[in-house]
Amino acid sequence: MLVNGKKMSFENITILQLLNELNLDMNKVVVEVNLEIISKENYCNFVLNKEDRIEIISLVGGG
Amino acid sequence: MEVFLNEKSIVVNKGSTAFSIKRSFKPDADIVIHNGFIISKDILLKEHDRVTLIKRGEIPSKDELEALMSSRHTPGVHEKIKKARVGIAGLGGLGSNVTVSLARIGIGYLKLVDFDVVEPSNLNRQQYFIKHLGMKKSEAIKDLISQVNPFVKIETKDIYIDKNNIEELFNNVDIIVEAFDNPKAKAELINTVLKKMPEKKVVAASGMAGYFSNNTIVTRKLRDNFYLIGDGISEAKPGCGLMAPRVSIAANHQANTVLRIIMGEKDV
Repeated sequence: MLVNGKKMSFENITILQLLNELNLDMNKVVVEVNLEIISKENYCNFVLNKEDRIEIISLVGGG
Repeated sequence: MEVFLNEKSIVVNKGSTAFSIKRSFKPDADIVIHNGFIISKDILLKEHDRVTLIKRGEIPSKDELEALMSSRHTPGVHEKIKKARVGIAGLGGLGSNVTVSLARIGIGYLKLVDFDVVEPSNLNRQQYFIKHLGMKKSEAIKDLISQVNPFVKIETKDIYIDKNNIEELFNNVDIIVEAFDNPKAKAELINTVLKKMPEKKVVAASGMAGYFSNNTIVTRKLRDNFYLIGDGISEAKPGCGLMAPRVSIAANHQANTVLRIIMGEKDV
């Protein structure tokens, strides 16, 4: 799968597991799978496919 | 032919010049503005040109003030800005700066939302003054706007924004500026707008702490309706605080992105 343009090889992984692998906080991200925004409530049951293109935007504090 | 003097329509002879208008209408004016530009050499007027005459130091009436303020707005641009409706979520370092810039260019309508009060620690980067300490930001911002451009229509709400009220708060604007401090609140607003209000544009910011290079703060267009400003990494934390220069660089990237969207410019 492509995560932010980088090839990664995970199998049967949910969005939540992917976020954990990448050390990202599920409450501070915007996740797009094949251009569709995925709601936070679905991170734990949304299983990613090999062909998926995933974009993860992490937000940092400050404003 | 028809020209506009201080935004009022007048009829003048063909061959009239900016300075001939000054001589007949306000000989003591020391600034002559022609179609948004201050001129020092006389210029022949064309149909529908705009001329503004200003005497330095003179405090105009409210009606006249609006006309004089808009004389530096570019005709054709200002009409669109005046119709724009923008919501600002959070009135801190980002939000107060975005608000002031948008008010200065004469934005039509602003919906301004924050639950917090102005504290001394805000003054290092937020547009408030000492006199605003202890005031609700939603009240203090009204005072600021009234001093900057009293002709902007505003609505303020003193409320904590979360996913349950975002739609209701911002359903009457076209562009939403994410201007929070807290990264979870940032993510929640962006996700809610993108998922539930896809017809709106969201202009968000992430990464503007410290005194790192100016030039790492960029505007990126991540979706048709999602713009993200900042360096993406410089988080506010102990040893790396938020300060006026970089926060206002980011805020004004946001303000200019709003302006570009209003003007139909789709790219960053």
